[in-house]
Amino acid sequence: MNLKHLLIGTATVALLAACSSTKPLETAAPTENGSAGAGQSATLPADTGAAGQGTVAVDPLKDPNSPLSKRSVYFDFDSSAVKQSEQQTVANHAEYLKGHPNRKVVIQGNTDARGSREYNLGLGQRRAESVKNAMQVIGVKENQLEAVSFGKEKPKATGNTEADYAQNRRADIAYDGE
Amino acid sequence: MPIVKTLIRAMLLLCLAAAGVARADMTIEIVGGGANRHAIAVLPFQNETTQVREALTPIIRNDLLLTGAFRMVDPASAANPAFEPAQINYPAWRGAGAQSLAIGKVEAAGGQVKISFRLFDAAQQKQLTSGEFTVTPERSREVAHTIADMIYEAITGQKGIFNTRISYVLKSGRDYLLQVADMDGRGAQTILRSKEPIISPAWSPDGGKIAYVSFEAKKPVVWVQNLVTGQRHIVANFKGSNSAPAWSPDGRQLAVVLTTSGTSQIYVIDANGGGARRVTHSNAIDTEPAWSPDGSQLYFVSDRAGGPQIYVQPVAGGSARRLSWDGSYNVSPKVSPDGRTLSYIRRAAGQFRVVVQDLASGDNRVLSSGAYNERPSFAPNSRMVLFASDEGGKSVLYAATPDGSSKVRLAVINGDVQDPAWGPFNRP
Repeated sequence: MNLKHLLIGTATVALLAACSSTKPLETAAPTENGSAGAGQSATLPADTGAAGQGTVAVDPLKDPNSPLSKRSVYFDFDSSAVKQSEQQTVANHAEYLKGHPNRKVVIQGNTDARGSREYNLGLGQRRAESVKNAMQVIGVKENQLEAVSFGKEKPKATGNTEADYAQNRRADIAYDGE
Repeated sequence: MPIVKTLIRAMLLLCLAAAGVARADMTIEIVGGGANRHAIAVLPFQNETTQVREALTPIIRNDLLLTGAFRMVDPASAANPAFEPAQINYPAWRGAGAQSLAIGKVEAAGGQVKISFRLFDAAQQKQLTSGEFTVTPERSREVAHTIADMIYEAITGQKGIFNTRISYVLKSGRDYLLQVADMDGRGAQTILRSKEPIISPAWSPDGGKIAYVSFEAKKPVVWVQNLVTGQRHIVANFKGSNSAPAWSPDGRQLAVVLTTSGTSQIYVIDANGGGARRVTHSNAIDTEPAWSPDGSQLYFVSDRAGGPQIYVQPVAGGSARRLSWDGSYNVSPKVSPDGRTLSYIRRAAGQFRVVVQDLASGDNRVLSSGAYNERPSFAPNSRMVLFASDEGGKSVLYAATPDGSSKVRLAVINGDVQDPAWGPFNRP
């Protein structure tokens, strides 16, 4: 199972490299079969152990029923303030990080709408920094946190309705290795 | 194993499809022209359809037309074709309305060809300029651009831009392709392909490198790529986001935006990636730096007063002066290479318009007509502005004269062309 996965991954990477050799440079293999795969295999032993015995705690980061499965913090239009409804999500992750000082997160800020790509990068950064600051207030160490921005470049919803825009006014909490 | 085989086949197909997109040239279309255009007749060159790869005069006519400064007089207006000065029937050309006319020929010269041309004033019957080029037949397009440059300069007194290049990001399906093409959209080459966003390409003053922001490391990082060797290196990868690269006029430094202070601020770093010095000091977003041509000032966007507006500040430090006063959202400033004009994007009534502003008087005008435009940049002779425009969900490029009298549309059939940047006169 694992071996086959690996084989396909290698073939894909080799082929991608082959087509790039015509001229253009190519960035590292796409995240779907590249770094994400590596991260999953690193945490695999914990998962199988838990399934086998039942007495070992499930990694709450992998548990769909854990409050930690909620990784997105949503914002109001033109705002970078962490609103009331989102504070629990931030607090849950902050508590987990306090209890796991070796874990690190990247907080990825996003924006809706149109406008300058670079200015939107700044607005997304402001949202990410706002979540980061809230976590530091709760007591998370600065070296566990990095705030970055995707601006308007990686929208979750690509439509043009208010519901789509609301989906994109967001900061995502990504743990190291994810 | 069959799965792997199928996958390989699928990947090969993908490769081929992507290569097709990478090679696809842009389509060019001239949309309107000014009133006071110079009437020129560019007569077909002798042997140009048989001796060289591409006939020269269609390229020359196209180049001159897209500046908005010329009007073409039909070469068939005068009965006799002319390849030599003595063959020119001046009264017939003047009767057809020509103010000037160009003649030329292609002659075999060993394994190469000799391409020569002359430009005459139709009223004075006087030669204005001439040139002779001995090259391989494959290089006719390049020679045609050079002849167009010489004609443009002889008539307008300004340097021509027909051998310059543009860079932009082509979004094709899920791929981001950083491309470089001739200014007329031809000869597009992909210099970087990624599954993650690429934004903000910026040309080095020597025309040999492009700085850009890539998201391949799951965060914005500033890279510099050499166009000759293809090698690239990271110049800014600090904790947080790294973006908005802009080369200093001497090519030694880059202004970039870093977030190490907790908000987006402008820094100046060595072009090789050494030592960062903070230039702006605010609690706001300061971004999109653009150098003045003398390298002493930085134009930039800041929302220190609420909405984003354009400011200018000495690179050495000092207070910032606000330059944009109309509208609540002004972004993406660029200064013309002659230092006289500022172009930027203004949001007004939900539309994002290209604005050009006279720096001395502050007078400004809206240049674009579409509802959504982004990232203006000037041609190196300051006579045209390039920007991206959304047309019914598809992004294309426009090059327009700053007075708005002429516009050229550049588009790719299967993809969105975004974040353009006009390169310098220099070529590596």
